[in-house]
Amino acid sequence: MTARVGIVTFPGSLDDQDAARAVRRAGAAAVPLWHAERDLRGVDAVVLPGGFSYGDYLRCGAIARFAPVMAELVPAARAGLPVLGICNGFQILCEAHLLPGALTRNSGLRFISREVRVRIQNASTPWTRDYAPGQELTLVLKSGEGAYVADGPTLSALENAGQVLARYAGTSPNGSADRIAGVCSENGTIAGLMPHPEYAIDRLTGPGDDGLGFFTSAVRVLAAA
Amino acid sequence: MTAPDAGLPQQAAGGNMPAADAAAVDTVARAGATRGRPQPHAELGLTGEEYAAIIETLGRRPTDAELAVYSVMWSEHCSYKSSRAHLRQFAEKAPPTTALLAGMGHNAGVVDIGQGYAVTFKLESHNHPSYVEPFQGAATGVGGIVRDVLAMGARPVAVMDALRFGPADAPDTRRVLPGVVRGISFYGNCLGLPNIGGELAFDACYAGNPLVNALCLGVMRHADLKLAAATGPGNKVVLFGARTGPDGIGGASVLASASFEGGMAGEGGGRAEGAKRPSVQVGDPFMEKLLIECCLELYAAGLVLGIQDLGAAGVACATTELAAAGGEGAGMRVRLDSVPLRDASLGPAEILMSESQERMMAIVEPARLERFMAICARWDVQAAVIGEVTGTGRLEMTWHDELVVDMPPRSAAQGPVYLRPRQRPPGQQALQADEPSGLRRPQTGQELRSTLLALLAAPDAADKSWVTEQYDRYVRGATVLAMPQDAGLVRVDERTSLGVALAVDGNGRYCKLDPYAGAQLALAEAYRNVAATGARPLAVTNCLNFGSPADPCVMWQFTEAVRGLADACLALGVPVTGGNVSFYNQTADAAIHPTPIVGVLGVHDDVRRRLSIGFGLAGCSVVLLGRSAAEFGGSLWAHVAHRHLGGRPPAVDLGAERALAAVLAASADRGLLAAAHDLSDGGLAIALAECCLAGGEGCAVRLAGRLPGGEFAQLFGESAARAVVAVRPGADAEFSELCETIGVTAAVLGVTGGPSLKITGSFAVPLEELAAAHQGTLPALFD
Repeated sequence: MTARVGIVTFPGSLDDQDAARAVRRAGAAAVPLWHAERDLRGVDAVVLPGGFSYGDYLRCGAIARFAPVMAELVPAARAGLPVLGICNGFQILCEAHLLPGALTRNSGLRFISREVRVRIQNASTPWTRDYAPGQELTLVLKSGEGAYVADGPTLSALENAGQVLARYAGTSPNGSADRIAGVCSENGTIAGLMPHPEYAIDRLTGPGDDGLGFFTSAVRVLAAA
Repeated sequence: MTAPDAGLPQQAAGGNMPAADAAAVDTVARAGATRGRPQPHAELGLTGEEYAAIIETLGRRPTDAELAVYSVMWSEHCSYKSSRAHLRQFAEKAPPTTALLAGMGHNAGVVDIGQGYAVTFKLESHNHPSYVEPFQGAATGVGGIVRDVLAMGARPVAVMDALRFGPADAPDTRRVLPGVVRGISFYGNCLGLPNIGGELAFDACYAGNPLVNALCLGVMRHADLKLAAATGPGNKVVLFGARTGPDGIGGASVLASASFEGGMAGEGGGRAEGAKRPSVQVGDPFMEKLLIECCLELYAAGLVLGIQDLGAAGVACATTELAAAGGEGAGMRVRLDSVPLRDASLGPAEILMSESQERMMAIVEPARLERFMAICARWDVQAAVIGEVTGTGRLEMTWHDELVVDMPPRSAAQGPVYLRPRQRPPGQQALQADEPSGLRRPQTGQELRSTLLALLAAPDAADKSWVTEQYDRYVRGATVLAMPQDAGLVRVDERTSLGVALAVDGNGRYCKLDPYAGAQLALAEAYRNVAATGARPLAVTNCLNFGSPADPCVMWQFTEAVRGLADACLALGVPVTGGNVSFYNQTADAAIHPTPIVGVLGVHDDVRRRLSIGFGLAGCSVVLLGRSAAEFGGSLWAHVAHRHLGGRPPAVDLGAERALAAVLAASADRGLLAAAHDLSDGGLAIALAECCLAGGEGCAVRLAGRLPGGEFAQLFGESAARAVVAVRPGADAEFSELCETIGVTAAVLGVTGGPSLKITGSFAVPLEELAAAHQGTLPALFD
């Protein structure tokens, strides 16, 4: 049976169609979810896409966290529903306390849009199983508030528990603590990623297809479930 | 139609406006009873003759609100009164085409690209606001052009921008440039529109007059085309989007605060606090994103009969233009007190002139109103019925049931037309006689090498990543080519790989030397850039940036440029679909170089076969296409090495441009090339360096030395109608035959590959050294 992956559209979501394209390219059905509806439509996994939900007013992701759809999503995620938050989606997951830490202004104080090299640190999560540990990928970073921060004990705990999902190879482009590009929950089902894998699914419109593995990983896990 | 920048002198300040209480408002009845009351028409930018014409049209003096409407609608900004007589050439000389679904005069032109798709694109200036307040000025420039495209029924899919600033190392450029870039980045990124290219140049002439020209591309199905007309008496006029506030009043046009308070506010008792309002609008891209999605859903549901964006002159412009376009007898009745306000103290004149952003006006049939409102509510977009279409032929507006506007809409929408005096500048002949031939030229290989590195590091030619890395080029997942490629290329259909290529170009130095040829060269370069991706050029838009039309020398430059552009469009077979004029780019007596920016759109039948500029494959033949001559007038070399501007720009050969484009399209189609790059500023040397840096492979070329001026002229001359290509191994014979058949000169210069750019027998530069020179400049200036 084809896996069904929900893509949430908030007002100001921008990368929802692109996340849907990547999900389809990986062999799953993309199911649109609307921010104002408390309904996950029975999906097997969810992607929170990038963008500027609610205009990034107050703080990135701070308002989206209170959207009606999140009232369904948060308990479902805690119960094991695989959720991937990309860019603004990562910010929303942090604001919703589904992931530790926060995303703050880039150290250079400017929006950064460029291809970045990222190293997979944990290849055992439902979102990274198709990668090898330590594998380097070229993904697309495009964000103004992408610097990951957390206090020292949290960073150590993340490291020790294998919750650092991916790191920037080389120097951090945005001042992220410990060069962190993505983190995950303890059991690995909830993942947040600052660079965009959905813009790295072919050579025509992106740097290559390195990003497709996040989506194929999930599809494979869901098929086996 | 939205409009060009008004002059800075006219738009410097917002006004103290009349108080909003109904009793104080100047009504039609009151205007009839106080015919002789003096009004501040001159301060509002209207001449005595124009004011007299208004009185004649109305049969009485205008009310304050009517005077506001006429003053903004008859401003240069909205009426094109100094340019319209000349812009007609774009229609009169238009080449025969079946590609145009909607031409000039609409919010934006619409072009058929096949497979049932149409695209719309337009360039627009936001020069003056961007100087006063760089961040908001540039941001709202993007917002305005996006709404123009949206109003045609299209989904906006990409933006570009053409920028000009004063000297890169001038202190004020450090204020203006980062703010402008941040504004474009902020607004475009938040809208989810990829920024796929543009251009950036520096010159002292732009120091007090930076240019910020923004382009938006939209895509629709043929059936989705929407027109801005108010038809069908009884239909509702709906204003939706952001609330109307006191921002941007006078931004586009003509308010002079002191006089306005003394005149218009005099009778009603002006506002005591005398608050000065910024004349630059403030943008909210989140609101605009909602507005885009809301409009597209309204279109898809078939709920919109006519639509117009609110740009310059706000409600005044939208109502008069919608009503005027409604045809014979069409009119509109508007209740200004129904306009949702952000500031409850606004009066009718202020509401009419406010340039609050992120607003649209739609004509909706009563039976569809409920569904219209429901979709707006779904997107959290506020909407209000503010009036109805009528069959009276009059534009009537009330304020708390009192009539404050009663005018024939066409009288406002069609302003006066002036044929202003023009004169060839007295120094023009001397300027052209000041040939660059006497300038000292590099002689040795070492000097040529230093010249290449100096030009590559010059701000005009330097790597622009500092700017473009602030723009999201990836969003929407359809960007096939973007900066630093010759043109942007976006995929329109994922299934068929149909795509659209876009380039914007302009060269103020060439235009200063010869505005007729300079405008043609701008078109030729954009045309060539589009062709270099393998696309077929199809249509043209433009933004004509000039000094004050009151200066006869500026008018001469303007008319020469328009004539040149119209002639060249005819010769190249690409019609002008729309455009924008920005006058008054002038500080005191010093006008900017005449700077027509030309945008060319092309269709790509299969974006998978696109050509990029990068030498990424070793072992390809490097071939120079087109004929070279030792042309240095207005060149990058003369500018950078000698601060010299004189002589004549490169010769224009539009037949050769067509032939070159045909070769590029055919060879892309047949897969003969691994790379292609047009030659422009800095000539062959800069082009080769860019090819090497973009693709990571070096090259070794030998220059035959047939030109007068030797290797120097071959490397840095700027002859037009040329490109350098990398021919795939094994394709040389077929490519050579193709060039011969079409009649394009092709000279094999060498081969791609290796760690350096090598001019055999002269010099070599390792790619790392090229990169360091190219990439260091902007970060050093602006970090």
